[in-house]
Amino acid sequence: MQNWPLFEVFLRSKNGLSHKHVGSLHAADADMAITNARDVYTRRKEGVSIWVVESKDITASNPEESESMFDPAEDKVYRHPTFYDLPNELEHM
Amino acid sequence: MGEVIQLNNESLLKYVLQLADNAMILGQRLAETCGHGPVLEQDIAITNISLDLIGEARVLYQYAAEIEGGGKTEDDYPYKRDVRDWQNILLVEQPNGHFGHIIMRQFMFDCYHYCHLKAMIDSSDERLAQIAAKTIKEATYHLKYSSEWVIRLGDGTEESHDKMQEALNDRIRFFDEAFIPSKIENEESLNGIKVDCVAIRKLAWAKFQEICQTATLEIPEVKFPQKGGKDGLHSEHFGYLLSELQFLQKSYPNSNW
Repeated sequence: MQNWPLFEVFLRSKNGLSHKHVGSLHAADADMAITNARDVYTRRKEGVSIWVVESKDITASNPEESESMFDPAEDKVYRHPTFYDLPNELEHM
Repeated sequence: MGEVIQLNNESLLKYVLQLADNAMILGQRLAETCGHGPVLEQDIAITNISLDLIGEARVLYQYAAEIEGGGKTEDDYPYKRDVRDWQNILLVEQPNGHFGHIIMRQFMFDCYHYCHLKAMIDSSDERLAQIAAKTIKEATYHLKYSSEWVIRLGDGTEESHDKMQEALNDRIRFFDEAFIPSKIENEESLNGIKVDCVAIRKLAWAKFQEICQTATLEIPEVKFPQKGGKDGLHSEHFGYLLSELQFLQKSYPNSNW
């Protein structure tokens, strides 16, 4: 059991639009990871859909590069669509 | 006339208690494993099942208290009855043993429980039908959970296979009691209300055999199925289980919090 791989768990809540990362757990394979995620992360009706993915399959950005990656967006407020009038029909912006 | 209604109620009460006792005792046995699971995730999974079963027992005990009247409450049944008054099958009171034993006992119970609830949805007793319709969702998951583990361990390593086979050999003699009618299950006044436990045997056994086969487990022949639990005759383990379950009420009668 020490050799069980780590899985990352994503849940979509009842009214949620996308799956959100909620945590990780160990399982022998993806099927067991789904069952485990159901038991560990949805006991209090947190979700209606579960995704699991092996942690090793996730490629993450390098924290040391975060200055060059993310700081340039800081002074570009015009990229937010706050300068436009949005039609009422447009949801989830 | 009044006498007939009285008799009917008494039978229904006994029948409801039999159903409740199965759920309560297996729930209690599983609760004993809380904090002792092989891994965190399975610890939580088994405790979830325990809580599901105790939840089922509660709604049945609540119903029993309504049928009996006279100020009875749901707590009176689990906490204030002695061994001979309990009608659960022997399977559910068997000690936990190793993880393979826990899974095998669970799997056998789930095969029975699922088929029983499926039939109980059509009960002419509205309350029992409602309880079945709600509970079968949980039982469906329990059966999936235990089936997957039986297959995973049975068809796993040599060691896990041997342990599952050992658990099967050990527990198989308790499987059929669920399908052998007790006195109350033969009671004609309950026709339409009760589940025909003989009729559901075929379906339950089909599921049981299918999973055992996939798990590469051999089902041993049983010459003498163990029974008696439904009529109040329990194994020696049961007294110990009850003394723990009822400790508080026995040491501090009528205590409340």
